[in-house]
Amino acid sequence: MSETIHITINGIPVEVEENTVILDAAKRINVVIPTLCYHQDICVAGNCRVCLVEVTGQKRLAAACATPCEEGMDILTNSLKVRNCRKHIIELLLSEHHSDCTKCYKNGKCELQFLASEYKIMTQDFIELYDEKVHTIDNFSPSIVKDDSKCIRCQRCVRTCEELQGVNALSVAYKGHRMKISTFYEKSMNEVVCTNCGQCVNRCPTGALVEKNYIEEVWEAISNPDLHVVVQTAPAVRVGLGEELGYPAGNRVTGKMVSALKRLGFDAVLDTDFTADLTILEEGSELLHRLKRALLDKESNVPLPMATSCSPGWIKYIEHMYPEYLPNLSTCKSPQQMFGALLKTYYAKVRNIDPKKIVSVSVMPCTAKKFEAARPEMHGSGYRDVDYVLTTRELAIMIKQAGINFAQLEEMEFDRLMGESTGAAVIFGVTGGVTEAALRTVYEIVTGREIPFKNLVVLPIRGMEGVRMSSVKIENPLEEWKFLEGVELNYAVAHGLTNAKKAMDQIKNGSASFHFLEVMACPGGCLGGGGQPIPTNFEIRKKRAAAIYAEDLGKPIRKSHENPEVIKIYKDFLGQPLGELSHKLLHTSYQTRERS
Amino acid sequence: MIEQHLLLKRVDFIFVQDTDWEKILQKSIHRSRQELINELISSELKGRGGAGFPTGLKWKLTSEVQGNEKYVICNADEGEPGTFKDREILTRVPYKVLTAMAVCGYIVGASNGIIYLRGEYQFLEKPLNEAINEFSYFCKKINLDFTIKVFMGSGAYICGEETALFESLEGKRGEPRNKPPYPSVNGYRNKPTVINNVETLAHTYTIFKYGAKKFYDLGVQYSRGSKLFSVSGDTPKPGIYELELGMSLQDFVEEFGDGDTKAVQVGGASGFLVPRKKFSETAIGYQGKLIGISLPTGGSMMLFNSSRSMYNLLDNYLEFFREESCGQCTPCRIGCQQLLAGIKAVKKGDRPAPYLDKLLKLSETMQFTAKCGLGQSVANSFASIVENFREEMIY
Amino acid sequence: MDSLHNRIIALADLHGRTRESLLPILQGVVEYENYLSQRSMVEISRELDLPAAEVFGTATFYSFLEHRKMGKFTIRVCKTISCSMMGKNQIILAIKDMLKIDIGQTTQDGRFSLVETNCLGWCHKAPAMVINHEVYTELTPEKVREILSDYLKKEL
Repeated sequence: MSETIHITINGIPVEVEENTVILDAAKRINVVIPTLCYHQDICVAGNCRVCLVEVTGQKRLAAACATPCEEGMDILTNSLKVRNCRKHIIELLLSEHHSDCTKCYKNGKCELQFLASEYKIMTQDFIELYDEKVHTIDNFSPSIVKDDSKCIRCQRCVRTCEELQGVNALSVAYKGHRMKISTFYEKSMNEVVCTNCGQCVNRCPTGALVEKNYIEEVWEAISNPDLHVVVQTAPAVRVGLGEELGYPAGNRVTGKMVSALKRLGFDAVLDTDFTADLTILEEGSELLHRLKRALLDKESNVPLPMATSCSPGWIKYIEHMYPEYLPNLSTCKSPQQMFGALLKTYYAKVRNIDPKKIVSVSVMPCTAKKFEAARPEMHGSGYRDVDYVLTTRELAIMIKQAGINFAQLEEMEFDRLMGESTGAAVIFGVTGGVTEAALRTVYEIVTGREIPFKNLVVLPIRGMEGVRMSSVKIENPLEEWKFLEGVELNYAVAHGLTNAKKAMDQIKNGSASFHFLEVMACPGGCLGGGGQPIPTNFEIRKKRAAAIYAEDLGKPIRKSHENPEVIKIYKDFLGQPLGELSHKLLHTSYQTRERS
Repeated sequence: MIEQHLLLKRVDFIFVQDTDWEKILQKSIHRSRQELINELISSELKGRGGAGFPTGLKWKLTSEVQGNEKYVICNADEGEPGTFKDREILTRVPYKVLTAMAVCGYIVGASNGIIYLRGEYQFLEKPLNEAINEFSYFCKKINLDFTIKVFMGSGAYICGEETALFESLEGKRGEPRNKPPYPSVNGYRNKPTVINNVETLAHTYTIFKYGAKKFYDLGVQYSRGSKLFSVSGDTPKPGIYELELGMSLQDFVEEFGDGDTKAVQVGGASGFLVPRKKFSETAIGYQGKLIGISLPTGGSMMLFNSSRSMYNLLDNYLEFFREESCGQCTPCRIGCQQLLAGIKAVKKGDRPAPYLDKLLKLSETMQFTAKCGLGQSVANSFASIVENFREEMIY
Repeated sequence: MDSLHNRIIALADLHGRTRESLLPILQGVVEYENYLSQRSMVEISRELDLPAAEVFGTATFYSFLEHRKMGKFTIRVCKTISCSMMGKNQIILAIKDMLKIDIGQTTQDGRFSLVETNCLGWCHKAPAMVINHEVYTELTPEKVREILSDYLKKEL
């Protein structure tokens, strides 16, 4: 039983449970205390000192994020002393920060700028500490730009990289005035274990860590009449985009998004969901193929569990951390890359367009997709399969730049030919979704019957638990799959790389065995991706997940193998899953990378 | 006013030989824990690292926490500029410290002790380990389950801050933690921990040996006992002296000054600079009954004569803090840089003299807002120097 | 495997492979190669199963865990107040003169590196310096030259 503590905040009595910090107590009575280093997803640091409050009777101010309430505390959040100190803290941060706000990518989205504006810091008396001569910008990664001169050392990125992702590409280095956020030996982000997941970017309060944007490149392509510019959009974008354009979290804006993309001037607005469905057929077949080799042919070295390969952050992580398990990865390219490869082959052929003139743009909830598109092996079509990757945030910027009144747009449908999709594809955007989609198809292929869950909702796999395991028992399979009779198909789902590590370590030490492992690098899956609107946190992820599931339920077709365009592409072009052309266009290989 | 202060008196407890340590240890662990705690509490010994927390209370708090994994840590990360007494204790009477740690372990229920020794004192590691070996041998002999090891620091002033020290012991950057929780409940390895300065531990030896009264009889109310002072700067007799607490700074300067003492820095770079005109109204001890200003100190006493520039002094301190701040919290990391850049700018004429007032305000903010004692105490020397020697800052 | 690798294994065997062993192991490597090379940090991170960036971040916090290449003998001259008052600058000048290096530099033969450091705790015997871990106090330019002459006779 936890005790009830009685305190007052600005004279208003509040009752809280033991160990509640002042910040949370204040929220109960709608008192906002400004914060910078605090983020709901990660541990408390208490180092920016912006959230300081006065506890009557104490000389020193207390950090509201880190100080638990004690019985009888009388707390002032806006006393003169608090205001003066807080202003000082903001002024200090500004003096260290390269405040070229009007030229900054985060202009208008910067938490420090917001605080400076809120506290009306009109003068800068303190001495400018930022030294233009010594600072360099790390611009080498195709995904992330790191600019230390904008950094306020709040360490959100470090805690994110360590706690949520277990990657530790970023660490705090040096001390005193030299203290900075650094990679190993201050190397470029592109040269270290960074998975490009962009969770740090999503949590950086300033412009110190931002996505590398390709907005101008895309505008240029659109404006070139000789080019055929095609855009694909990932499932999670449609449940996030609205947040950047004035909607509360959890709104689906699919139709308006399509409409906006058309207004931006793309020649075709297509759906990554189409290749998500295709992925299910390829990956499902691959899984069945591996199971057959293991269970029927009794081959000894079949790499199981088979792990999903849609998440490029996860791919780079396993390449760095568990290279011995690379054979376990499905060889399927991600839906983005399948789409890119088909766009410049199949689509070009059917639409009779010279693939040289096609510019392939994708909108992703993800920064790692930028890296993925730049991988040298992603030239299956003979060209770079995906030319530019935009994040959800970049798309929102373009929509605003184009002067589009998003809320007033009519809803439109994706263009056809690689625009059709099913509910199974939509749920790729949420953790567990790939597994659920795969089960809907694989179970039916094997047994000829629908998976036995009401409304096709595979409940055991849903939720936000870090690692989730469950199984489905195969009964009465079709003749071809008789060897699966009575087999418990075990599967595991992990999201966030810290959880991926947990799952991998269980595989490694043999404490768990399963046939199928789904990993999404970002917490919550793609809907919580590094390219999604800021802020992203637990509550927001839950709302986006609900929106994705609602989108699934609203779809007329909810099983990948029933997507008519998928059926057609196999008939007209690819032949069959895992066929020769599939191998050339839809599958890939991986490489071992250093751990440092 | 002076009659309220004690006259400067040298005493000799700390460096009295420690050859009777086996007897003291055995005698102590045959007394009840409560009795020992009461003895300490009645001695009114306060932490000699500088902060002055009552030692008896500290041990009592940890002894009352449930748990079978507790630690006793000796803070030998003596890094405050002008302080060098702990090294001398560990060199000359190491067994007093080891004995005190073991008795503390007995009282609070800890069987592991660690001495965190600053990297600069690496030459002490070997002799200390030899003493520990002999000590451990005796502990085994009398069936006392207590082991001590030495952990070497690697050059970081901030690791003297107790929670930063825990972080360092755990193999991390020495960044102070948020408080609460306090070490008595949640310290090293998140276990209940007693952490004491070397000298504090050595004093407990005296108390366990002679009883609390002998200690209590020294000093004045709220500032009992004796204390080691590290005397340096412009003095004909630099060195380490054990003095009764409560003397006036005037007496001190008469004893140790070179006849031309302009100011004394009490408590190191994080302490206070006292100008000549305030010597007579300043006493050395903890806040309490003493008239005038009473200044606690970890024992650093640096004297400056009239040839010294107080601007250079402050510049040197601020350079020190700018480098030795851990860098995690805003007020300390940036504040130290601003104070240093600020006084340089005023000196050069790049900023007008009233800018010093803005800096004083800033130092006050640092005191209110910094995460740990370092950032909070920078204001002490800054304000005391700028307020007392303002003209030296400008011209 | 080469000797640095063996050294790291031996240190890990001695101190253990938990996070708490990191500082003693880093110290042991500095004893061995005078500083922490990039390679040694990578090897330590592998041996202790720690992220390399964490090893780097921890090492750079501590003044004695240099990650820039240092000479066999690192001269650290105290620059804090008492030593500064008592002639630190003259000491530095004498060293610079004799070794022909600036602060932060290493002699061509890799014998000496010169750095300034914060309070060494010898304020009553200022000015002071340490060479590796050997302490020298109450320095004068003559005394410094004598001390360094002895080091010049040592084998590299």
